[in-house]
Amino acid sequence: MKFRKHLMASAAAMAMTAPMAMAEDSSDPIIIPIHNWSSQIVMSHVVGQIFESMGNSVEYVSTDSQAVYESVRLGDVTLELEVWEGAFGKSFNEALAKGGLHDAGDHNAVTREDWWYPAWTKEACPGLPSWEALNDCAAAFATPETGDKGRFLGGPVDWLKHDAERVEALNMNFTVVNAGSASALWAEVAAAEKTKKPVVIFNWTPNFAEAVWPGEFVEFPAWEEGCDKDPAVGPNPDATYDCGNPANGYLKKAAWDGMKDKWPAAYETLTQISFTNPQIAEMAKLVDIDELEPEDAAAEWLEANEDLWKPWTGS
Amino acid sequence: MTDQTMTPAGNPQTWTRSRTGWTIFIAACLLAIGNSVLPAGLVRPPEWLVLPFADWINALFVFVRDDLGLLYLTRAFADGVEWLLDVTANLLYGKNRWPRIGPIPWTVIASIGFVIGYALQGWRLSLLTGGTFVWIAVMGQWKWAMETLSVIVVAAPFSILFGLVMGILAWRSKTFERILNPVLNIAQSLPHFAYMIPVVVFIGVGPKAGAIVTIIFSVPPMIRMSLLGLRKVPHEVIESGHMCGSTRWQLLRHVRIPTARTEILVGVNQVIMQCLAMVVLASFIGMPGLGQKLLQLLQALKIGRSVEIGITIVLLAVMLDRCTKAWATKQPEHFEKGTSFAVHNKFLLLGIGLSLACLVLAQFIPLMDQIGRRDAFTISKPIDAVADWFIVLIDPVTQWLRWFLITWVLIPIRDAFLWMPYAAVLALLAAAGWAIGGLRSALVCLGFFGLIAMSGWWDRAMITVYTVVVAVSIAAVMGFPLGIWGSFNEKRASIALLICDTLQTFPSFIYLIPVVMLFGVNDVAVVGAVILFAAVPLVRYTIEGLRQVPETLIEAADMSGATKMQTLWKVRLPMALPTIMVGVNQSVMFSLFMVIIAAFIGTQDLGQEMQRALSSTDVGKGLVLGLAVAFMGLMVDHLVSTWARSKKEALGLE
Repeated sequence: MKFRKHLMASAAAMAMTAPMAMAEDSSDPIIIPIHNWSSQIVMSHVVGQIFESMGNSVEYVSTDSQAVYESVRLGDVTLELEVWEGAFGKSFNEALAKGGLHDAGDHNAVTREDWWYPAWTKEACPGLPSWEALNDCAAAFATPETGDKGRFLGGPVDWLKHDAERVEALNMNFTVVNAGSASALWAEVAAAEKTKKPVVIFNWTPNFAEAVWPGEFVEFPAWEEGCDKDPAVGPNPDATYDCGNPANGYLKKAAWDGMKDKWPAAYETLTQISFTNPQIAEMAKLVDIDELEPEDAAAEWLEANEDLWKPWTGS
Repeated sequence: MTDQTMTPAGNPQTWTRSRTGWTIFIAACLLAIGNSVLPAGLVRPPEWLVLPFADWINALFVFVRDDLGLLYLTRAFADGVEWLLDVTANLLYGKNRWPRIGPIPWTVIASIGFVIGYALQGWRLSLLTGGTFVWIAVMGQWKWAMETLSVIVVAAPFSILFGLVMGILAWRSKTFERILNPVLNIAQSLPHFAYMIPVVVFIGVGPKAGAIVTIIFSVPPMIRMSLLGLRKVPHEVIESGHMCGSTRWQLLRHVRIPTARTEILVGVNQVIMQCLAMVVLASFIGMPGLGQKLLQLLQALKIGRSVEIGITIVLLAVMLDRCTKAWATKQPEHFEKGTSFAVHNKFLLLGIGLSLACLVLAQFIPLMDQIGRRDAFTISKPIDAVADWFIVLIDPVTQWLRWFLITWVLIPIRDAFLWMPYAAVLALLAAAGWAIGGLRSALVCLGFFGLIAMSGWWDRAMITVYTVVVAVSIAAVMGFPLGIWGSFNEKRASIALLICDTLQTFPSFIYLIPVVMLFGVNDVAVVGAVILFAAVPLVRYTIEGLRQVPETLIEAADMSGATKMQTLWKVRLPMALPTIMVGVNQSVMFSLFMVIIAAFIGTQDLGQEMQRALSSTDVGKGLVLGLAVAFMGLMVDHLVSTWARSKKEALGLE
């Protein structure tokens, strides 16, 4: 498109591409990191397009979801839109301690990460979602490599989920097998769906999987503060991790310390941005189910939800 | 080398050598049998032996980065690369940077593709080059493919130039070559993830990091090929250069490099293939384009659409491969004096004409300018359907296979590997080394695995070894017969080689998902994914080895009345064995790379730790793990090449 403009009148093309006013924000692009799951990608494009509507220029860069905090700290990327308490809380806090980035407020959405099963599993184990019932039908989840014990498919080890400790603390008849990536988790569920085989895996919400495979989280003894550090907390007096994960973890935004001065207007907007669980699920659905490209999905979402985001831009 | 002391037949030294080998082997067996009574220090490396290599490397990195200020240098260099990337990015997909004239309409690029293909070889190649671009555009992948290409068009020329300069330096100075050689050996056997971590530290993330990782990965073959080419320049050519009174620079520029043209162009071809092999992996540190999209699609389990991207990557690889090969074999054209400019540059003019025509047309027909996703075709539905159908169809077989392999093959073998005392493993390797290459090889084996033991990752390393051993063995059982079958006539050979090429360039990540769907997250899936890769070089080198057997030998066998089977077993296979062993060597290398990638299925080996090191940007740990993998590869390489060399000598092939 721009090529044509250039041919016709290059001066006009220059004017086209030059960022429009919004005096105080720098004309340098705001760098938004994207990771490998759809809701985050769409949300990044949604926020990016909001910034663009304010006259900022935006660029997206794909990064590792753990290593990104180091990049935000150094200013290589400007912000991060999905800081999950369970998955990235540790990396975020480490980077926070080193300095260079800060908390830019929570989303309305809450996150939950725990043992989960797809709906058909209930047929093989009707007592679900209670964890005791799950433990009683461990045999239904047995596989050749786990022998008589049930198999729980956890996330990659670097997500640091302490599933094995929980199995031990609650004296469960399960073995934890770690998948190497989220794709491996989904591949297992998709394969199990074809034969309606019972499976219990690590899953989280908000996530596209809820739209594809309805299911529920296993109800463990509720999380109490200190359950991970103090053996006395929780049902087993001698062990830590004898409880489920927090059922309402935060979902925050993080920003590079320099953002405030370099792009004050965009920063102001960022602190106001807040999405709810259904909104995030909707964004993921546009890509995962409706097969839109993330950019188009973001544009569509913005169009449908103008009332929501216009006030954030201060206009 | 010890080989000079060898005499072909009945040589007493080989006999002693193999006897020493057997003695050490028996010692190793004794160590293994006595496992339960051995002191703990011989079962697993004792604590005092495990050295904190990772901490040392990290300390060194911090020193180099902060105290020597290398970070500023690398970041400045990266900024330079980034500027170039911005230019190509603007031209190819319209990123908002100087010179702000892109994106070039897809029809223009496709028509240039047609003309280049035609100029290099004719119609067939032009259909491939132009057709590839048309496929990309029609499938709605234009932007991603251009994002990928915008990095490759910067990385590949840089690699080629850098590789050529290093090759020339190594050729001029023996000392430099001696330093460079081990560096290249390690670089070529180090798993990709290991050097991606330092790149993240020194360069950052994004397209520039992707470009630099691609350069690092693709440069070694270029260095090797330029060195090889320059070495092979005949003395007579140089002398005639001298006689014309050339200066040293003229001699290099106009005599040596043009004479080494073929080797250098093979190097160029290798660089391009390696660049495409990095497309998916480099997206872990921010390379945009096809690789990144592929990972996103796999994450959402969209197999059909990721296969489409896989096909594009294969097409790009095949196209660039054929083009550079055509360029390499095409001899320069010479025109008579007085030929008009138009005839001289007919393809250039044709290219310019077509591009301009497309450019003008694109102004009026938007579809000739850009094709968005909405207008694009997709073949993902049928691919998904076929994949589903296949998985359900063979489910009973895979369930049984999974049970059988896990209970009766994999778990016992794995337990056996883990049960072995490390001292016994070291002795075993020393025995193999001694039997093959005497004291020197034994020390090489001990050195490599000794360092692995000292790294503190022994158990995980053994799991990696176990996976590779099982995968290569199964691949051999499948690959050798396939290779033998393929070697019987030209047509079969070309079919088998085409399958090999496709398997090799098809992004490995795509296999991981169907394999998990078939077998679940376990060792069967891991081994299954690795086998696919391990089998490729086995088939390829078996075919090549068998087809290279001199015709005269086979005729001689025929005349002595040998049956087809006898010729195969008594003449062809023994003669081809050295080449086939090179295939085994390659197969081990490929497996080692794939095992690391298979960490994305879920393993408990070095790869899993490497993945962890990447996400916590732990340079030291990543390099230690990477070197452990590299040492395994280098040890196998040493043993196989030593063995092949002595075998070739014995067969009189060299």
